[in-house]
Amino acid sequence: MQININGKVLFATLDGELDYHMAEKFRTQLDAAFEKSACRHILLDMSDVSFMDSSGIGMVIGRYKKAELRGGRLVLAGMSESLAKLYEMSGLSKIVSRAATNEAAISMLGGPLV
Amino acid sequence: MTNKVKFEFAAIPENAALARVVVAAFITPLDPSVGEISDIKTAVSEAVTNAIIHGYNGNGNGNETAVTISMHNVSRQIHIEVSDSGVGIENIASAMEPLFTTKPEMERSGLGFTVMESFMDTVEVTSRPNEGTTIKMVKQLAGER
Repeated sequence: MQININGKVLFATLDGELDYHMAEKFRTQLDAAFEKSACRHILLDMSDVSFMDSSGIGMVIGRYKKAELRGGRLVLAGMSESLAKLYEMSGLSKIVSRAATNEAAISMLGGPLV
Repeated sequence: MTNKVKFEFAAIPENAALARVVVAAFITPLDPSVGEISDIKTAVSEAVTNAIIHGYNGNGNGNETAVTISMHNVSRQIHIEVSDSGVGIENIASAMEPLFTTKPEMERSGLGFTVMESFMDTVEVTSRPNEGTTIKMVKQLAGER
């Protein structure tokens, strides 16, 4: 996973299979980086995530809550068809926005300098 | 063609990935669609994860705990059974309710059974406290492509 700070956006590129085992690792790294930063929003680039189950959904909802506490939002970018199916089925789509690309996600979050 | 396989592995989180790979390899000769493989892998991942973190309370030890997967196919119908010898489920009906979880502090979404039921045709749960849990799932693959 790569994490970059882009203005008020914590931008993380996730990769591999987002199951319980990996969700634990991502959670720890994301929380450490978010707490150290002054970011409000979290952007998760999912384009290199090849698999996700409900442990991944739980991890995303947890990070969404962290962003919300700072008055921010969480956006998922670049999900494959199978990830999108779980995103819709689980109801995650009702609380977390989705963008086709990272650029689109950044602009949904108000641009890089906001 | 009918085939079957049974395998057992230590109840540690890393092994959910192994289970998904074996299950995918088992069904690949039947030429399933990408969506069907993904559905089955996701359902198996949910069942195995539940066994590891609920059945064995996350205390997996390679020597003492095991999850068993038995699979067979009847033509293009896939039968998968995931069993553990863990603590069992006290109230199966509650456990299967969407968003029900006994471990909210671990950010469990409570969607495991909902995902299994959405992605498979049938899901049957048998469990007794302190004797373990068995989840039987069936999915019919679409006709030969």
